[in-house]
Amino acid sequence: MANTQGTTGLLGWIDERFPLTKMMREHLTEYYAPKNFNFWYFFGSLALLVLVNQILTGIWLTMSYKPSAADAFGSVEYIMRDVDWGWLIRYMHSTGASAFFIVVYLHMFRALIYGSYKKPRELIWIFGVVIFLCLMAEAFMGYLLPWGQMSYWGAQVIINLFSAIPGIGPDLSVWIRGDYVVSDATLNRFFSLHVIAVPLVLVGLVVAHIIALHEVGSNNPDGVEIKKVKGPDGKPLDGIPFHPYYTVKDLVGVVVFLIFFSVVIFFMPEMGGYFLEHPNFDPADPMKTPAHIAPVWYFTPFYAMLRAVPSFAGTQIWGVIVMFAAILVLFFLPWLDRSPVKSIRYRGFLFKAGMVLFVVSFLILGYLGALPPDPLRTALAQTCTFIYFAFFAALPFLPMIEKTKPVPERVTEQ
Amino acid sequence: MKKMLIALALLALPGLTMASSGGSHLMTAPIDLHNKASLQKGAKLFVNYCMGCHSLEHQRYNRMARDIGLTDEQVKDNLIFTGAKVGDTMRNAMPKADAKKWFGVTPPDLTLIARSRGVNYLYTYLLTYYEDPSRPYGVNNAAFPNTGMPHVLWQLQGMQKPVYAVHKDAEGHENKTIEGFELVQPGSMSPPEYKEAIVDLVNFLAYVGEPIQLERQQIGIWVVLFLVLAFVVFYLLKKEYWKDVH
Repeated sequence: MANTQGTTGLLGWIDERFPLTKMMREHLTEYYAPKNFNFWYFFGSLALLVLVNQILTGIWLTMSYKPSAADAFGSVEYIMRDVDWGWLIRYMHSTGASAFFIVVYLHMFRALIYGSYKKPRELIWIFGVVIFLCLMAEAFMGYLLPWGQMSYWGAQVIINLFSAIPGIGPDLSVWIRGDYVVSDATLNRFFSLHVIAVPLVLVGLVVAHIIALHEVGSNNPDGVEIKKVKGPDGKPLDGIPFHPYYTVKDLVGVVVFLIFFSVVIFFMPEMGGYFLEHPNFDPADPMKTPAHIAPVWYFTPFYAMLRAVPSFAGTQIWGVIVMFAAILVLFFLPWLDRSPVKSIRYRGFLFKAGMVLFVVSFLILGYLGALPPDPLRTALAQTCTFIYFAFFAALPFLPMIEKTKPVPERVTEQ
Repeated sequence: MKKMLIALALLALPGLTMASSGGSHLMTAPIDLHNKASLQKGAKLFVNYCMGCHSLEHQRYNRMARDIGLTDEQVKDNLIFTGAKVGDTMRNAMPKADAKKWFGVTPPDLTLIARSRGVNYLYTYLLTYYEDPSRPYGVNNAAFPNTGMPHVLWQLQGMQKPVYAVHKDAEGHENKTIEGFELVQPGSMSPPEYKEAIVDLVNFLAYVGEPIQLERQQIGIWVVLFLVLAFVVFYLLKKEYWKDVH
C-alpha cells in the first residue's frame, strides 16, 4: 500500500505514522539552498557540530565531575589523570567552548555583511541573538565548575554587577548566588543550570532557528531572493538541494575545522592562557583575590565596554547598562537597518567603512578587556564603545545619503 | 583598505601592552620531558626537599613510576617516606591546619603549579633566593619578593648576595634593581650543578602538571594526519558532486 510519499516496506509503514520521508525532503533533499554560498556559510553547520560536541563531551564529563566546593577542583584533575581518555574529553569540552564562540561570532558577522537579518528573516536573527545570549549564560556558568581561582573570582565580579542595580541589587545578587559570597550553593545551582536548564533552551532555540530558516529559505552573498525566479518545475533556478550538495560541501568544512580543533586540543590546549587561563589551575580561594581578574576571551569585548563607562551619580550601573545594551541592540538590528539592499556587495562606501570600523572596534575591545585598565586603554575602550553603538545608531539614517549599486536578478558567478 | 586598517590597529596594540607591563624578567627553563633521567632526579629532589611541606595530591606514585621509567618497587623503596601505598596520591603527613599556624600560610599543593605559574617562573624562583637579614628566614627572593618560603635548598646552593644596579628615573629618583648574584657561601653543589638540579626539579613539576602531555602530542600527530587524509577524500567527493552545478 503506497502512502502520500510513495514509500513502501518499513519506510512506508513509518511514513504512515510519522512524517519521516516528508521531513527528510523538506529539510534536506528538497530544501533548495542558493548555489553561491561562500566561505562564510560554513559556520552555521560548524556551530551545530560544536553544539553536539559540547553536549556529548558534557554528558561524559558529568559522569565523573563532582559539583561541590570541596570536590570540584579535584574531580576535574581526576578526570584529567585517572579517567580513561578523560583528558581528551575535558579538552574537547574546554576547547569546544572557545570554538563555539569563534564559530558563532563568524556566523553573526556573515549575517551582518550579507543582511541576513532583513525581511523576511527577522525572526531567524532574533532566535539567533537569543541563542547567543543563552550561549553566554551557558559559558559563564560552565566556567565556574572547575572551581579554579578565575572561575571563582570571575563569577564573583559578574554576579556583583547585579548588585549595582539600585534598590533590589544587593538582594538580587544574594538570590543569584544563594549565599553572601560565591560558594558551594552557587556552584551547585550553576551546575544544574549549565548541564540541563540552559542546554535544553539552547537546543529548542536552535531547532526554532533552523525551522524559521527553512520556512523562508537561506539568504546568500548576493542578497538575492532565489524563490523569485523559479523554473517550470517550481524549483528555484539558483537553488540546489541541500542534500547532497551542501552536506558534502559542509563535510569538507567540518574536516578543516576539525584539523584546527585537533591542533589546539592535542598541541596547545591552554592556547597560551586564552582558552584555559593559567590562574585557573589554582583552586578557588575565597580569601585570596587575584591581582588581575580577566574573563575568558569571548567575554572581553563586553567586559571592556563595562569598564569603559565611568561611574556617575554615585552608581556603577551605567557600565552594566552599556554592556547589556551592546547585546540588546542586536535585537533591533532588522529594524534599524532600513536599506533595501541586503548584501554588502551592493551597498555604498559608507556602510563598508562603517562595517570595518565596527569590526576593528570590537576586536580592539576584546583585546583591551583582557588587560588591566590604564588611562590610555580606558580612553581607547571608550572610543571603541562609542563606535560600536554609533554603527547601529547610524544605520537608520544611512539610506538617506548612501549610494547603493543595482542588485542583480539572479545570483552571480564566483 | 580593510586589510590596511586591521594592520594599523594590530601595529598599535603591542605598544599598549608594553605601556603598563614591565615586571621582573624570568629566565627560560631548559626542560625536556623526554629526559627520563632528569625526571627521576627531579622526583628524588622533590620527595627529599619539597614534600615535607608540599603535597602533589592529584599525582599517584604508580602513575609517576610508569611515566618516568621506574618500577613500583623502586618507588616504594626509594621515594615513599610516608607509609603510603604505591597507588596513592603523593600527600604529605603535615596537617594543613598546623602548617598554617607554623608558616602563616598553608604551603600550596604543587600538582598544578607548573601550569598556573609556568616553568620559567619556578626556575627563576628557585635560582634567585638571596640573603636578606630583614626577612624572618633571613632570605628573600627576586622572582617572588618577600616570599614566605625559607630557602630549603640552601645547603645545595649555598647562599648568594644580590648585586644591585642603580638607575635614575626621569624625576631623578634612584631605583635599585637586582642585576645578578654573587655566591658568598658555597653549598654542596657547584653553581652549574645546582642549576641542573633545579632544571630537573622544574622538569619533574612540569611533568606532574600534566602527565599525559607527551602521549597527547603523539596521538595528536596521528589524529591530524588522519584528518588531512580525510580532507583530501571529502574534497574530491565534494568536487565530484558539484560537477553538475553551474
